[in-house]
Amino acid sequence: MTENISAILYLLSSVFFIMALRGLSSPDSARQGNVFGIIGMTIAIGTTLALPTVLSYEVIFAGIVIGGGIGTIIARKIEMTALPQLVAAFHSLVGLAACFVAAAAFFRPEAYGIGTFSDINEGSLIEMAIGLAIGAITFTGSIIAFGKLQGLITGAPLNFPGQHILNALLGLALITLIAWLVMDQNEGIFWAILILSFVIGILIIIPIGGADMPVVISMLNSYSGWAACGIGFTLGNSLLIITGALVGSSGAILSYIMCKGMNRSFFSVILGGFGGENDATFIDKGGDRAIKAGSAEDAAFIMKNASSVIIVPGYGMAVAQAQHALREMGEILKSDGVNVRYAIHPVAGRMPGHMNVLLAEANVPYEQVLELDEINRDFSQADVAFVIGANDVTNPAAKTDPSSPIYGMPVLDVENAKTVLFIKRSMASGYAGVENELFFRDNTMMLFSDAKTMCDDIVQALD
Amino acid sequence: MQSISVDPHIFGITVLVLACFVGYYVVWRVTPALHSPLMSVTNAISSVIIVGALIAAGPAEANFAQIMGFFAVVLASINIFGGFIVTQRMLSMFKKKR
Repeated sequence: MTENISAILYLLSSVFFIMALRGLSSPDSARQGNVFGIIGMTIAIGTTLALPTVLSYEVIFAGIVIGGGIGTIIARKIEMTALPQLVAAFHSLVGLAACFVAAAAFFRPEAYGIGTFSDINEGSLIEMAIGLAIGAITFTGSIIAFGKLQGLITGAPLNFPGQHILNALLGLALITLIAWLVMDQNEGIFWAILILSFVIGILIIIPIGGADMPVVISMLNSYSGWAACGIGFTLGNSLLIITGALVGSSGAILSYIMCKGMNRSFFSVILGGFGGENDATFIDKGGDRAIKAGSAEDAAFIMKNASSVIIVPGYGMAVAQAQHALREMGEILKSDGVNVRYAIHPVAGRMPGHMNVLLAEANVPYEQVLELDEINRDFSQADVAFVIGANDVTNPAAKTDPSSPIYGMPVLDVENAKTVLFIKRSMASGYAGVENELFFRDNTMMLFSDAKTMCDDIVQALD
Repeated sequence: MQSISVDPHIFGITVLVLACFVGYYVVWRVTPALHSPLMSVTNAISSVIIVGALIAAGPAEANFAQIMGFFAVVLASINIFGGFIVTQRMLSMFKKKR
């Protein structure tokens, strides 16, 4: 009887989680969606605490207070520009929690009603092992992603000979170990699966370069969902299965969108080796082609006399923390009667939607912020395309040069605007290591400066 | 009704497949501008794994599984509180024109 009631409450909780994601279809309903998510989680925890086998409330509350306190402090203190790292760090925690739960289930299966120690029923054991492996891969993979995003580890792809063969062999070894665990429920094999998965998690993320981080972070998002799903199967809990599947498919869809934004196949991203952080080296292929450099005053003059300006932000804006100065510039132009809009490429930044959050943080109304498909046609009618911290996503070579590594990638057609203002610190190439021929066009004016300093200077010149 | 017992694992797979379909259709409707909040909220709700952690930490007597459960409760709680709060922070910034 009580089991049925808790099952119904778990179902209710799942529905709230679905509503939480549904809310994100528009910024107006999104906050309510987040509240639904919190309600769903409260119901899930409350229902579990009411289970007859859950008795040690002191221990549990201590755990929730410690964890909740840490989480609250981190979430309140974090800078919005550090969001990608934060999300990666949070993913690693879900992975590790899945490992702990799998260990608890392995050593104390009675608590979950799936058998007794070293006599767990086979189906549950396979699911547990899969949950453990995915959890462990998510854990170490996310830590490496965190290190790369935080700059603790080089963002350059790390490749070595025989890498793919090694990964394939380790994958086979993992499957063999899981099969072995089912036949012989030995502690040693359980730990071996854990350690091997930790190693695999590290190895699959290190060859992936900085520019592919939006895909990696979405992929790890997906993995953390599948880990929850695996644990849900072990425990025979529909709530965990449903939620895991929602998160898993969400991460998978985001990975797909990000791959499409770069015109790369998922496998080519996973196999890695693309996109180093060579932002200091100028690859001089074009000889001494002329570029036109301008000052903040020139830029202010051009934009003041424009009727339409489209701003194209990229990761460089996040690095320079230029979003506030940029918004100020946009507002001054707007008050002068200039039509100011922002164009966001799907892979601009280091995580899906990164630019939108930063612009929102700077109080840019979201109606002015448009996606690639919505605004790309308008560049031909725009007087100025103002590129700030973006590079590869504006490179016309993606449309014209089949030999370019970024050929086929959807790009913003900034070159169609009457004038392109391009802020850049130096003549370095973008993350893909490709030179941008846009710099040498007649209608391009380069603004060599830090993104924030340049925006501040333009604001001053506009006044 | 005749009681034909379905293997619980098959039942689980049924739930999984249906949930994947729900996830697919719901997530495609999420506006691209909110993809970052989507990641942080899915991160928060994937910590529903705390259900398994609570059951492990539940028994009155201390043992290895309870210690594992306790750590899992701490980690999942960091995620739940952190994930929902950071999502709320992000969403509160998406305002309409004044």
